[in-house]
Amino acid sequence: MPDLIRLEYRNVTMRFTQGASRLTAVEGVSIAVRDGEVVSLIGPSGCGKSTLLNIGSGLTAPSEGEAFVDGERVEGPNEHVAFMLQKDLLLPWRTVAENVMFGVEIQGVPAAERRRRAKSLLETLKLAEFSGHYPHQLSGGMRQRVALARTLAVDPTVLLLDEPFSAVDAQTRMVLQRELAQTLQRAGKTALLITHDLLEAVTLSDRVLVMSRRPGRIIDEIPIEIPGRDDPLKRRLHPKVAGYVNRLMERLDIGHLETTGAPV
Amino acid sequence: MNGSNHSLAIRGTTLSVALLIVFLTAWQWGPGLLRIPPFIIPPLSAVFNEAVRMWNVSGLAFHTGITAAEVLAGFILGSLLGASIGYLIGMSPTAEFALSPYILALQIAPKVAFAPLFILWMGFTIYPKILVAILIVFFPVMVNVLTAIRTVDPDLINLARAFKAKRAQIFWRIEFPASLPPLFAGLRIGSTLAVVGVVVGELVGGNAGLGYLLSFGEGQANTAMVFVAIVMLTLVGGLAYLLVILIELRVLHYLPKRAQMGF
Repeated sequence: MPDLIRLEYRNVTMRFTQGASRLTAVEGVSIAVRDGEVVSLIGPSGCGKSTLLNIGSGLTAPSEGEAFVDGERVEGPNEHVAFMLQKDLLLPWRTVAENVMFGVEIQGVPAAERRRRAKSLLETLKLAEFSGHYPHQLSGGMRQRVALARTLAVDPTVLLLDEPFSAVDAQTRMVLQRELAQTLQRAGKTALLITHDLLEAVTLSDRVLVMSRRPGRIIDEIPIEIPGRDDPLKRRLHPKVAGYVNRLMERLDIGHLETTGAPV
Repeated sequence: MNGSNHSLAIRGTTLSVALLIVFLTAWQWGPGLLRIPPFIIPPLSAVFNEAVRMWNVSGLAFHTGITAAEVLAGFILGSLLGASIGYLIGMSPTAEFALSPYILALQIAPKVAFAPLFILWMGFTIYPKILVAILIVFFPVMVNVLTAIRTVDPDLINLARAFKAKRAQIFWRIEFPASLPPLFAGLRIGSTLAVVGVVVGELVGGNAGLGYLLSFGEGQANTAMVFVAIVMLTLVGGLAYLLVILIELRVLHYLPKRAQMGF
């Protein structure tokens, strides 16, 4: 079923009340992500990208509209979705393997199965020899790989990724991007990737959605027609990349005032 | 890096031992050189002889044991109480809001001032001393636990919630372990404060414990006895502190070594 919709936002609006002022974070957003598709969401700071992630993972309910995962209306946290943030959120008192097992442990997966999944994920992500280490003994890039392993361990159909690599250095980021791309491809996962990095959006995704400034709306949708989604390092050398990045820069109004560097 | 840490430890220890020798030497011969009479500062040897005499005649071991037992009981009970209340209030913002003025008031009130009251209630037994210690240990432990619970990264809680964690799972898997480093910081403070609470209780009334020896020595103008009592109290407090450190090293073994050192 290639056209099966895994993740869908239908006309989602989110308003926050802060004291007397009301703030509309996102307005009338509709997104549909098909099975196995990787879609990036890009937009200026504070346009409500992370709000969409919270709605998708069931942590907050939208003011209007609804979200669906695997055809089911999102009423709260559910097993179909897992998220990963810029912060690795590793528990310092747990070893790498124990951190990877955190989600499956809460979900009540039997211990033997938990260990099996952790072992195979740690091997895939080249972390096997560190499974007994504590987070403080790892580099930032390794910690983020552990976070990815923890996200994958619960075997979600949809991954929500909120700037997962923005805190690691540029070279590590490229390596992590390739690992993510290969992992998503191999496991056939569907993903919504929130990022500030235009090149990351273009090289990792099948489609890029552009959001406007607050209140956030989807103002453009760019299908990325470059082959080899599982190899972003190769993909970034493709001649078409510059054109896509250029279009994104135009849509985001980069180069004009107030668009960059705003606090989150 | 390990090598330099090692040499730092050697240099530090050497310096510490040297300081101790200088201090003890000054104690032994300083008063005589400065013509300070022995009833103001008795020399080290006089204090040592007094300690031997007290051990043989005045039941120094018995009194030290009583004080140590009171300190231990007060510390354990006060810590348990402080930690439990800290966790309960930490998990209920309403309770915290309602109770915070009273907690603050009790925290400001000098706890040792309750000692005469407790002795009126419970007589010259060990219980009022333990009670003062409980009261005084309670606060640093409770406040540390409360702060720790409130400052747990909300994203960590959200992560657990996204995995459909129940309230109890969030507590036992995230909040409780996250609160342990501050809890132990509170326990360290508490272990030294427990001695203060017990001594004040013993000073106010009773006929047992190092606090009693302290006031007895004062009554006899036996300065050496007072010094012996102070030294023994320091030892009792030091042992309690050491106990906490040893447990902490086991429980918080996952922390980087640097964070565990220091006082």
